[in-house]
This record gives sequence, C-alpha cells and structure tokens, in this order.
Amino acid sequence: MSRRYDSRTTIFSPEGRLYQVEYALEAISHAGTAIGILAKDGIVLAAERKVTSKLLEQDTSAEKLYILNDNMICAVAGMTADANILINYARQAAQRYLLTYNEDIPCEQLVRRLCDLKQGYTQHGGLRPFGVSFIYAGWDPQRQFQLYLSNPSGNYGGWKATSAGANNASAQSLLKQDYKEDCTLKEACGMAVKVLSKTMDSTKLSSEKIEFATVGQTKDGKIYHRLWSADEITALLKEHDLAKDENAEDK
Amino acid sequence: MYADHSFREILLGITGKDFTLMAASKAAMRGATILKASDDKTRQLNKHTLMLYSGEAGDTVQFAEYIQANAQLYSMRNDSDLSPSALAHFVRGELAISLRSRKPYNVNLLLGGVDPITHKPSLYWLDYLASLASLPYAAHGYAQYYCLSILDKHHHPDITLGQGIKLLTMCIDELKRRLPVDFKGMTVKAVTKDGIVDIEFDDDKVVKSA
Repeated sequence: MSRRYDSRTTIFSPEGRLYQVEYALEAISHAGTAIGILAKDGIVLAAERKVTSKLLEQDTSAEKLYILNDNMICAVAGMTADANILINYARQAAQRYLLTYNEDIPCEQLVRRLCDLKQGYTQHGGLRPFGVSFIYAGWDPQRQFQLYLSNPSGNYGGWKATSAGANNASAQSLLKQDYKEDCTLKEACGMAVKVLSKTMDSTKLSSEKIEFATVGQTKDGKIYHRLWSADEITALLKEHDLAKDENAEDK
Repeated sequence: MYADHSFREILLGITGKDFTLMAASKAAMRGATILKASDDKTRQLNKHTLMLYSGEAGDTVQFAEYIQANAQLYSMRNDSDLSPSALAHFVRGELAISLRSRKPYNVNLLLGGVDPITHKPSLYWLDYLASLASLPYAAHGYAQYYCLSILDKHHHPDITLGQGIKLLTMCIDELKRRLPVDFKGMTVKAVTKDGIVDIEFDDDKVVKSA
C-alpha cells in the first residue's frame, strides 16, 4: 500500500512524509563525504572523491568542488549530474545579479535562489527531486565569511562547521568535538584533513582521493578562492602525517 | 518634448565627509505657467538613499515610484537594503531598457546616499539616455551652467554638513542672481548614516542682481 506514496514526489504519505525527498537524502548519504569549516579569516571545504577504477583518468577536473562566482564556492555531495544543473543555474543567477546591480550577489541570496529551485521539485508534479546536498562557502560585505548547507528538500542553514554525504553523522560529531571558535584558516585546514581521514575508509589519504578548496582574504583585503592542486594537498597531508606511504604505492 | 522644459528644473547634489546633500527646486511648471510652488521632486528609496528627479511631467513620478517600489521590495525580501551604488546601476539598467522601447521615460535623476556598511557618501548623476556617473557634486538642467563652476572652485571632499549647506546657499544665491527662472525655492535634504533629514532652507532670502 505504501508504494502508492513512493512514486509521486508531491504526495504526502499518511504519516505526513514525502518519500521521494527522503530517498534523495538517502542517496546522498552514500556519496563521498564533504565537509566545510568556518574560520575567522576564511573557510575551508574538503571532499572525498570516490575512486571507482584505476583506469579512470585522475586529476582531469574537480568533481566535488565548484566555483559559483567571485566570492563563493561550493562542495557537492550526491549525484554529480544533478549538481551540474544546479551549479549552472547558480552561476547564471549570480551573473544576472552582477549585471543588474554591479555588485556580487550576497551569499544567502544565492543559496536561497538554489533552494527555491530545489523546493519546487518537492511540490510540483512529475519529476524527482535533485539528489544533491551543497556546502557553500562565501564572503559578502554585510556578513563576511559564511558557510551554508542545503539539501534536496530545499531547506538550508548557516553553520560554523558542517558535513554532508557518507558518514556525515560521525563527521559532524568529530567537528563538534574539535571545533574551536576563532580558529585560523590554517588550523581549520588541519582539522578538515583529520576529520576526513577518520570518516573515509582508508586511513592513509592521498591527493587523488580528496579535493580541497579555501576562501580567504589577502593582506590588502581582497577576497580570493582557490581550488588546491594535488601538490598542495599532498604537502598538507604530509604536514599532518596522514599521507599515504610512498613505498606502499609501488606494491 | 521641449528641451528647456526640464532644463528649468533645478537638481543639485553635494557630497561631503559623511553626508550627501541634495536639493531640488519647488516649482512645477508647464510651458510659461507655474502650476505649483511646493512640488516635491524627491523620493526616498530606502533608509540611506534619496533620488531627485526632473523631466517630463508624468514620466518623472511614474518612474521614480517604480524604482522606489522595487527598492522597497528588495528590502522586504532580503532583510537588507540595496547600497546606493547597486541602486544607481539598477536605475541605469531600467533607463537603458526604457530608452530602447517605443516610448522611453524622459527622466533625469540624481541619486545620493550613504553606504549602509562603509558609511561612505556617494552621489550618482543619471540622465534619460542612461548615462551614469559617480561624482563628488552634480547638477541637472540650466543650473549646471551656474553651479558647477562654483562647486569646482569651493568643493572639497572633507567638508562638513554646515560647510555643505553654505556651499549650497552660494549656488542657489547665484541661481537667484542670474538664472531668469522663478523656481520658487528649494527642497533640501541630507543623507547621513542615520538616515535622511530635512534641512530648513530660507527660500525668502532676496538676492540682488549684479
């Protein structure tokens, strides 16, 4: 009988639930982990990249971290194909705002635009919801550095540290344990790799398995965002003694 | 559409250390006739931004209130106000769209404000051809010919509100002295970080011609 409520996204079950939305959330909890940590002088996003095959070309492009506009980036947990649609939408919305007002769109406004779109698919008939959660990192003049998390239901919230994807419950509790108010971006980066190393299957990490990005401020006050190169990630892992052994790789 | 129609209307704007001073003439004119001596050519867009307008009767108020409504809608939706810069660019965009329509708005504007975050004062000059310029002081109409030279000589970016009002008085005295238009005095307002305040201005002062 409950099948009747599974097939339509827009129909409540007798218990008042939307099954398709819950299934979308379930799909995300199998995807690679993504975490975000807000520091006083920046934000770090880190994501686990699932290596499916040795034959797959690595480092061709970022799979989980994307630039939305000049002051915002995001991490994806869930179906990459769905995410591409939403990212394209967000980029267009951001550029349209820039064209109209000659200013970058405030972070929360862009998050809300995306969430309004996501919400639409939980209410208007026929189509499945987007199977993606996003972690957004950005800066705007009104609220400085900000970190947001959104999910397929169209809900979003601002966080100091958050996670999405596989093992996100344990990642969340690790973040809760380790998070320090007023930590620096450097400390936050260290915390990010430590949390990832504990939530991922393999204890030793490598630059092929994770992606890293930061939003920060230069000495002259300019906001930058940067997707890290493989070498930078390796250096960070070595610093925290989490890098995979060079010799082990040859075996 | 007569050019001198809107040229006889006076819009003035002066920025200072922590304020933008704005003034508009009070006369509503049609042809050779003064219809009203207490016309308000200003609209408040949000807490920190004021817009002055001149141009074709009907177009002016319609356009100004359209912009005002959009600014207020933004504030309501986003729990924050658009900055004067963002509003100026938005208005320019609207004028540029209108210019390319069947019947464009014939409206000239000054947009003055104080940035709600940085508290920096700013002034934007816009005309019906969708030109936009950010300026320390500005004027529209025939008033430009008399006031810009005075402002060029005496304006300084660090002036106080008191000095700004003195400078404005110099400009208006010169207009009374030389401009052959009875513009019925000026509405004067100042935008500061605390909002927009009305400035008492003596319209009855008699200035002798040279």
